Amino acid sequence: MKLLQERTAKLRVGESLIIQTAVRIMVPFIQLFGLYVIVHGHYSPGGGFQGGVVLGASFVLLALAFDQKFSMKYMSEKANGVLGNVGALIYTGTAALCAIFGGLFLDYSALDKLIPLGPVGWRSFGIFIVEVGVGLAVMSIMAALFWVLGSNGDMEEGL
Amino acid sequence: MIWVLDLLILLLVVICAIAAINVKDLLSATIIFGVYSFLMCLLWAEMGAVDVAFTEATVGAGISTVLFIAAILHTSRRSKD
Repeated sequence: MKLLQERTAKLRVGESLIIQTAVRIMVPFIQLFGLYVIVHGHYSPGGGFQGGVVLGASFVLLALAFDQKFSMKYMSEKANGVLGNVGALIYTGTAALCAIFGGLFLDYSALDKLIPLGPVGWRSFGIFIVEVGVGLAVMSIMAALFWVLGSNGDMEEGL
Repeated sequence: MIWVLDLLILLLVVICAIAAINVKDLLSATIIFGVYSFLMCLLWAEMGAVDVAFTEATVGAGISTVLFIAAILHTSRRSKD
């Protein structure tokens, strides 16, 4: 009980222990759901964009309930930029690789010459690779958008 | 697809849209806009476009409301006109 009182005394204006504990419990499940949406995107509702937004929203939730610094401890600005660019590179790289191996842009069946999975297998697997790339890019953009907008651009102190 | 439910949700969507334009407080307008997004999500899910409904629920009701509030906190809350 003493510990709880000490923890509430340290809270600043607008921070609530109940909200922080709820967010702490919810965020792993939100991220798991985002990964589920991305991975099951090619045969159920959802996909790279929606899953990426859900993943990005988990970091926005952390920044809202705690602090921008706390949110950036789990996903630093540098890692965020690297992940976003890697996601865009996966998407365009897969598409360009298809064109290099003799097919059309984003025609995954051309990748059959690289690893023989069959044209149908590659059409299913190629969309999965593209969904992962889109999900990474959208996640980092959504988190960065809120960080920049919430901290007035200097990434120091959030809302 | 039940047309009575369609009509009911559509009516609420129109009411929310008119209220979001007419209200003076920008923070209230943002919250009403979030309600509008969620009702739009319901309408699309009811009409069978589950993928679009999912996008509307995550982007419209989730991220854009938060971004609007973040933008309003850097300006004044009351609309001048």
